[in-house]
Amino acid sequence: MINVKQFKRTESKYIIRAEGLTKDYPVGEGHFRALSDINLTFSEGEFAGLVGPSGSGKTTLLNIIGSLDTPTSGSVAVLGREVSALTAKQSAFLRNRHIGFIFQSYNLLPVYTVYENVEFTLLLQKKNREERHKAVMEALDWVGLTEKKDARPAQLSGGESQRVAIARAMVKRPAIVLADEPSANLDAENSHHILQTMQQLNSELKTTFLFATHDEKVMQYLQRVISLRDGKIEKDTNS
Amino acid sequence: MFSFICKGIIRDRRRSLLPVVVVTIGVMVVVFLDGLMGGMMDNMVRMTANFQTGHLKVMTRAYAADEAQKPNDLALLGSGELMEQLHRDYPEVDWTPRIFFGGLLDIPDENGETKAQGPVTGQAADLLSKGSKESARLGLEKAITAGHIITQPGEILVSIDFAESFGVKPGDRVTFFGSTMDGAMSFANYRVAGIVRFGNSMLDRGGVILDITDARLLLDMEDATGEIFGFLPGEKYLKEQVESIKTSFNHQQAGNPDVYAPVMTQLMDQDMMRQTLGYTDSMSFFMLLLLMVALSIVLWNAGVLGGIRRYNEFGVRLAMGEEKRQLYRSLLTESLVIGIIGSAVGTALGLLICLLLSRHGLDYSAVMKNIAMMIDPVIHTRITPRMYYIGVIPGILSMLVGTALAGRKIYKRNTALLFKELD
Ligand SMILES: Nc1ncnc2c1ncn2[C@@H]1O[C@H](COP(=O)(O)OP(=O)(O)O)[C@@H](O)[C@H]1O
Ligand SMILES: [Mg+2]
Repeated sequence: MINVKQFKRTESKYIIRAEGLTKDYPVGEGHFRALSDINLTFSEGEFAGLVGPSGSGKTTLLNIIGSLDTPTSGSVAVLGREVSALTAKQSAFLRNRHIGFIFQSYNLLPVYTVYENVEFTLLLQKKNREERHKAVMEALDWVGLTEKKDARPAQLSGGESQRVAIARAMVKRPAIVLADEPSANLDAENSHHILQTMQQLNSELKTTFLFATHDEKVMQYLQRVISLRDGKIEKDTNS
Repeated sequence: MFSFICKGIIRDRRRSLLPVVVVTIGVMVVVFLDGLMGGMMDNMVRMTANFQTGHLKVMTRAYAADEAQKPNDLALLGSGELMEQLHRDYPEVDWTPRIFFGGLLDIPDENGETKAQGPVTGQAADLLSKGSKESARLGLEKAITAGHIITQPGEILVSIDFAESFGVKPGDRVTFFGSTMDGAMSFANYRVAGIVRFGNSMLDRGGVILDITDARLLLDMEDATGEIFGFLPGEKYLKEQVESIKTSFNHQQAGNPDVYAPVMTQLMDQDMMRQTLGYTDSMSFFMLLLLMVALSIVLWNAGVLGGIRRYNEFGVRLAMGEEKRQLYRSLLTESLVIGIIGSAVGTALGLLICLLLSRHGLDYSAVMKNIAMMIDPVIHTRITPRMYYIGVIPGILSMLVGTALAGRKIYKRNTALLFKELD
């Protein structure tokens, strides 16, 4: 049965494709151009990163790809579907099933345990308790935190928190993970640890990873680096 | 999802405590006020019944037409026979005669000369017959401030304000000047048995109480009475029962064209009583509404403040693929749970207060000093089944309304903006 209201993946050569993408923010009377005519494609399984100084438009681009924001002009197709054509319900569905988010400041829900934080996405998917338990424990195993499943975020170190965030993004086995400055709050050791974890998940599960970062430590793991400056692509190691 | 929401409420006290406390207090006030108003109404009904109307009352038609004047010249004659008939036809009702009269009370000095004289209104009830409940109905035992209640013929009770302004003391001999039911001058001497204080200016100003037999002698009303009061068993006013007795009695008399034929009225036929009760009903409703609006506004503000604190959580949940509509609904579910908890606690506390006050009573005589209402200065809150739910509806509703209003702000907020607030 096809539920037309829900997001349906269509066949496409690219998992993400941006064409002529421009984003203007209103500033006072006029506007500020945060992204200017971005053309980019990503294939399934890439481990790529947007790099560039602060204010270059990395987060803006990530948010548009993640259907949390809309472009001023141009188009973005994710999993073969034009994002700007999705209804609110469809874009929520896209995020819930196919896109995992990782943030600089972890953003775990402080009231809930590690287990419950990871479980939440699956609650939205209306998965039954057994399915949820299996998937959550597996995801916690990937990041090596099964022992901490009953801890609260406040009891975790920064590295542990970010690993929970990775488990939360990965528990639904999404097609794409969008990670915005994931190492910015971490020391070198923890930064390497989480990147190795993500690298491994990328190779085992074929999940596409797209980073936004200006951290040298992250860059050394990237298979592809797209340099942004003032909202424009300055360099793309793939082309 | 529901247990996810409940965990949030239980673990995040900052989210739930204030609204729970607000709802609890609001609901407690509603329940308490309902009990208090109910108690006041009961009190008023009881006092009015005991002093002015009975649950049922029989008079002549002519007397009834001019009832406020207490026209004893139009009194029921052959009241003994009528009482017997009433007892036969409606044995469950306690029928008892009352006579209201007016006159002058004369207080002589030791030489028998008039020391002072003042107008009084008198009420006579059957205080001395064996098994009569009239003394208890008038609350004489409790009202006595000096001396004792009437225990034998020839004794009179004098109200406190009159006694104080004219220096009347128990044991004094006083003379009552009045007129018989035929309009002739009459007087009689009495011994003051006690001074009474009902805590109600209407009764305390200038009043005397006599036994019915003495009053009949004084007013030349042998086998006559101004009014016959009827009280239902357990002194409990029941509207349906009272109405059916009244209808049946008046139906019997329907064919009788005599203006002196007896007619029956009931407590609620009194305009003032009915109006007051209706007024209090709409007052309670209005109060409930007002409280609900106030609660909603408080909870709305609490919700907005709490919501700002939770923008982070909302942003994450949206990023995880929760729809705004789902988020909004989960906030409403949250408020429903909080509303239920607050209502339950509030109802329990309100009932507890009412229970205590129904045992011990609330003495508000200081506040009510000069209010001319038939009301006893000690209110016992009334506990009724409706108190179990009367606070729950406004409690839950105001919480839902408050959250619905507060949540709109989140709803209207751009997803990208909510999300931006993450970092
Ligand atoms: N909501 C907004 N309103 C106005 N300007 C914004 C807004 N969001 C971002 N910007 C601006 O757009 C530019 C790109 O921002 P961002 O994508 O966050 O950059 P980066 O993530 O690379 O640091 C910055 O100059 C920023 O100030
Ligand atoms: Mg950024």
